[in-house]
Amino acid sequence: MNFPTLLFHAFALLAVAGAVGTVANLRNTVAAAMSLVLTMVSLAGIYVLLGAHIIAVFQIMVYGGAIVVLFLFAVMLRGDESEPLPRGRMRLVKAASVLVAVCVMAGFARILVGFPEPPAAPTDFGRARTVGIALYSDYVLLVEMVSLVLLAAIVGALVLAKRNTD
Amino acid sequence: MVVATFVKTAFILFVVIGVLAPVITWVERKQSALMQDRIGANRASIAGVTIIGLMHPVADVIKLLAKEDVVPAGANRLLHLLAPVLVAVPAVIAFAVIPFGGSYHFGATTVQLVVADIDWGLLYVFAIGSLAAYGPILAGWASNSNWSILGSLRASAQMISYEVTLGFSVVGVFMVFQTLRLTDMAVAQDTTFRAFALVEGLFGLKPPAALEWLGALRLPNWGIFLQPLAFVMFLTAIMAENKRPPFDTPEGESEIVAGYHIEYSGMRFGLFYMSEFIGVVVIAGLMTTIFFGGWSVPYLPQEAIIAGVGRFFGVGFATGFCMLVHFVTFMLKLAAMIWLQMALRWTLPRFRYDQVMDLCWKILLPLSLANILVTGMVILALEGTA
Repeated sequence: MNFPTLLFHAFALLAVAGAVGTVANLRNTVAAAMSLVLTMVSLAGIYVLLGAHIIAVFQIMVYGGAIVVLFLFAVMLRGDESEPLPRGRMRLVKAASVLVAVCVMAGFARILVGFPEPPAAPTDFGRARTVGIALYSDYVLLVEMVSLVLLAAIVGALVLAKRNTD
Repeated sequence: MVVATFVKTAFILFVVIGVLAPVITWVERKQSALMQDRIGANRASIAGVTIIGLMHPVADVIKLLAKEDVVPAGANRLLHLLAPVLVAVPAVIAFAVIPFGGSYHFGATTVQLVVADIDWGLLYVFAIGSLAAYGPILAGWASNSNWSILGSLRASAQMISYEVTLGFSVVGVFMVFQTLRLTDMAVAQDTTFRAFALVEGLFGLKPPAALEWLGALRLPNWGIFLQPLAFVMFLTAIMAENKRPPFDTPEGESEIVAGYHIEYSGMRFGLFYMSEFIGVVVIAGLMTTIFFGGWSVPYLPQEAIIAGVGRFFGVGFATGFCMLVHFVTFMLKLAAMIWLQMALRWTLPRFRYDQVMDLCWKILLPLSLANILVTGMVILALEGTA
């Protein structure tokens, strides 16, 4: 087993451990959030092994850093003890999560069974310049659409916050 | 390759943590004493030897190591233990991408004075910076104390907010240098540019006859000359990220005792304390590399040094000499940047919390966006004229 394979197994193991920790820490929201950070950072490590460096950096910056920090911020503001959902809602949430898990598993099974060997990545794959040019030429419409969605989210958050202060 | 990386890492760790961080705790005391007309730290002695107060860092470390390590009742033991580590690690590893010299060719071998020369060096620093927010947050939360959690809330809000501005403030710089790689950025600054060419290219003006020297004036191709506004914003945002005065509201001892690290003692507190000073060194390194030409000597590009010295002593010696000169230049600039932070720290009083937030969202963020817009327009306008 060469070194990158070893690293891949280590990161994969950490990612799964983090995911289990996120789900298993029902009583301790902060520990669950920190487990999520472990998963995010391990995934970034796997992206690096795949040569997608810039995605790895964004993974750490956005998911590993900012988003989970905001989770923690919300947990600290609200306190750790949130009231449990009513029974009916809880059952719905459980059913939905099982459905999502099955779909994801089916997707993986599709990949594992008879998926063609991917072509070798070009030498400048994953470079900041390559990704940047691709984002702002071929995918510029999608980038703008995503920014519009984020703008809508900001406006929505502002409306909610304003209503609570009035 | 692996050995070289190991040697460079060990060297960086030795210089930054072993020498610079303890020494600047002493510099900070002496600087504050100077600015407040006191004598400053000069009492700690080993067998009567004080060496102008330099024994104080030694005494500090011995004291911190010998102190009892208290974990408050009701604290989350694991997270309480983990938090100081999560503060210290990002502070240390951020230095990996900062070049403390250029790259030098000795025959077939090339020596590059940077630990990790990665394509997205600047983004790496920001990614590490975004992970640095966890330490203060967990420290306050795990301590199970009201003052701590107030400090944590302030720290997390402040760090998230300033991260945005920090990122935007340097976009202009990498638009100008066309790279995210810090080593390339330093190489790009090892030249000069004709300052008046900007005015000529943009407005078609010639310098007046009386000021002909102005037309010929060449400045080093440094970030601070090309992006002065970005430098001010970057300095502000990154000092706020490091949570040192005037941005130390998360610690604000007059309001919330000592913020997120109240419940820490001994060397665990020491880690918080040292991380701040390591942060000062890292910030100085970043500012040097991005805005002050890194290791480059102004008006003396690498080829000129090697050619000039090489004429008398041979190219091999000249290259080694150039490496030394560049390293010393980098350390001098680093020292100047550390001094700048110290001077600011003892000049400005602490901001109020809402002022810190207003400065970020209402002043720095719009300003940094405007800077990106203007930089882009100028680059487009100058395209082809140069």
